[in-house]
Amino acid sequence: MQSVVELEAGTSDPSGEALGSRPKARPPRRYYNGKAPYVFLLPYLVLTSIFFVYPFLRAVALAFYQTNGPRSKVFVGLDNFVFLLQDGVFHRALVNTIVFTCFSIFLQLPLALGLAMLLNSGQSRWERRLKGFFRLMLFAPNLVGSIFVGVMFQVLLMPRYGLVNRTVHALVGWGLEKHWVEDPALVMPALVLTSLWLYVGFNMVYFLAALQSVDKELEQAARIDGANPWQVFWNVTLPSIRHVVIFVVILSTVGSFNLFELPLAMLNRTNGFGPDNAGLTLITYLNEIAYRSGDLGLGSAVGWVVALLIMGVSFLQFRVSKVSED
Amino acid sequence: MNALQLTLLVLFAVFPILYLRSPKRPALAFGYLRGLVLTLACIAVMSPFAWLIAAAFKDKSVFNEYIFFPPLSEWSTKTMNLNNFRRLFAGQTSVNGSVYFWQYLLNSTVYTTVTTCLQLFFASLSGYALSKYDFKGKRVLMTFMIGSTMIPGVLLLAPVYKMFVDLKLIDSIPGLIVTGAVSAYGIFLFRQAIMAVPNEIIDAGRMDGCSEFGIYFKLVMPLVKPMSAAFCMFVFLAQWNAFFAPNIFLQSQNNLTAPIVVRNYISLYQQEYGVFLAGTLLAIIPPAILFFALQKEFVAGLSAGAVKG
Repeated sequence: MQSVVELEAGTSDPSGEALGSRPKARPPRRYYNGKAPYVFLLPYLVLTSIFFVYPFLRAVALAFYQTNGPRSKVFVGLDNFVFLLQDGVFHRALVNTIVFTCFSIFLQLPLALGLAMLLNSGQSRWERRLKGFFRLMLFAPNLVGSIFVGVMFQVLLMPRYGLVNRTVHALVGWGLEKHWVEDPALVMPALVLTSLWLYVGFNMVYFLAALQSVDKELEQAARIDGANPWQVFWNVTLPSIRHVVIFVVILSTVGSFNLFELPLAMLNRTNGFGPDNAGLTLITYLNEIAYRSGDLGLGSAVGWVVALLIMGVSFLQFRVSKVSED
Repeated sequence: MNALQLTLLVLFAVFPILYLRSPKRPALAFGYLRGLVLTLACIAVMSPFAWLIAAAFKDKSVFNEYIFFPPLSEWSTKTMNLNNFRRLFAGQTSVNGSVYFWQYLLNSTVYTTVTTCLQLFFASLSGYALSKYDFKGKRVLMTFMIGSTMIPGVLLLAPVYKMFVDLKLIDSIPGLIVTGAVSAYGIFLFRQAIMAVPNEIIDAGRMDGCSEFGIYFKLVMPLVKPMSAAFCMFVFLAQWNAFFAPNIFLQSQNNLTAPIVVRNYISLYQQEYGVFLAGTLLAIIPPAILFFALQKEFVAGLSAGAVKG
């Protein structure tokens, strides 16, 4: 994974050597100079040309056309992008997607890391034995597809009868009649809550794997030198797992920008838009424009914007982490 | 104050008591607190599953009456029965004749299994090529692959759809399978895992006269079994639950996969939550079995992929 991240910034260490623990993995080319790698890559190259490069080029070109179904096509230059700049619905989708992404990164990932650290800090024998069990339980929501999860939570978040509302009511005495999926102010919290249930365990498994490889002696040495737990975490633990943190942050960002099936299922009464467009995401907007209204040109323009955003944000995140490293 | 609040209060009150009893050695108290927080998190994560199981067996008339299962005194065929499953498995009439739920499960199984096998083979083969060979165009290819993971798949669906209509591949499961047979992400995972395989093994294989494919298949693949298991699990989960692409590409009733059919029970025109949730429960079973079977390898593979990266 490190290499994925590294190559983005164009550094020249694709062998993962930076971690230093493994001997340098140089390809053993002394003995081989034939065509085998090309043959091995052939299936990927062929399939990706047909199902990625070709449609991608088509989509790139389509962004400059206004289409109405597959038959009619008019060249409009940059009009699609100009339209997006002015379209309030698109702006709403953009803002919603960014808000959701922020929640994933600043709420969900810290929670996942916290749970992973709780699981990892148990030293007694029975705690270590229970680790696998807890990990299994917390990961379990990933077995359910997001289409199913969306509808499940639509029912779980029902006013009066839903499990969530009943539990909240039993705990704090209010909230029994909240219409999560019908109240514009509560749609985004509902999506965040659902994705929390779905993905916390997933990210936790990554963090846990990383934490297990952190040098325990280093942490202990810091503690003996008088560092408090927070300092140990900030100065020893977090830097040791930064590669995994970057990887998980980028993975969550890409995932959040592609959020689509969950709101589509959860807000199915409004085609995934939610009341007052409160649950509208970029991909839902793309789907609506391209596949339901049939303007593939404008849809492709939206796709461009999403792809550029993902690239920009991934690059930025990588830069930030690189700077903080130095 | 109700029972739930009281229980929570008591559970949390034990912590300060334990702590004050031996403030010099707080390990026990903190261990207790850790266990408590993790247990509560687990209960929160698991309760939707308990609710789902109950909801799948509850009769439509009492769906909202009980949160989970009805109390034992209320159990009867009127409250708990298999009606949801019966409706799910009843034949659906279509232009292709009566289609049963088994058909959709079979379609899902075929689609998922074949895609997983193809992805495993292609991703590991390409990952091997990228990690253990130097060749012209390698850097360009890798940069291209990274870029390709950032393009939203939804965008590409329309041109592919049009191509499929022209090629008359639409509405066929094999057609759908080839669109999803390779993934750059999987290649990266395998590249990373195969990097850790010592070059001496490969060199030794070459000296002994093993073919290049033989080295990959007989020497390298057995060494990346955990990664393979983790990858299979990922692909299986994604494909088994795939909704968007199959929903667009498959059209005849007897070609549909389970998620599409189950989801049709919730629409603007009918809201059969019980039937939907029964279908959801069934759809969880295959990935759950796979996950239990591959759990150890899955975690090991994930750790290998993440930690080395």
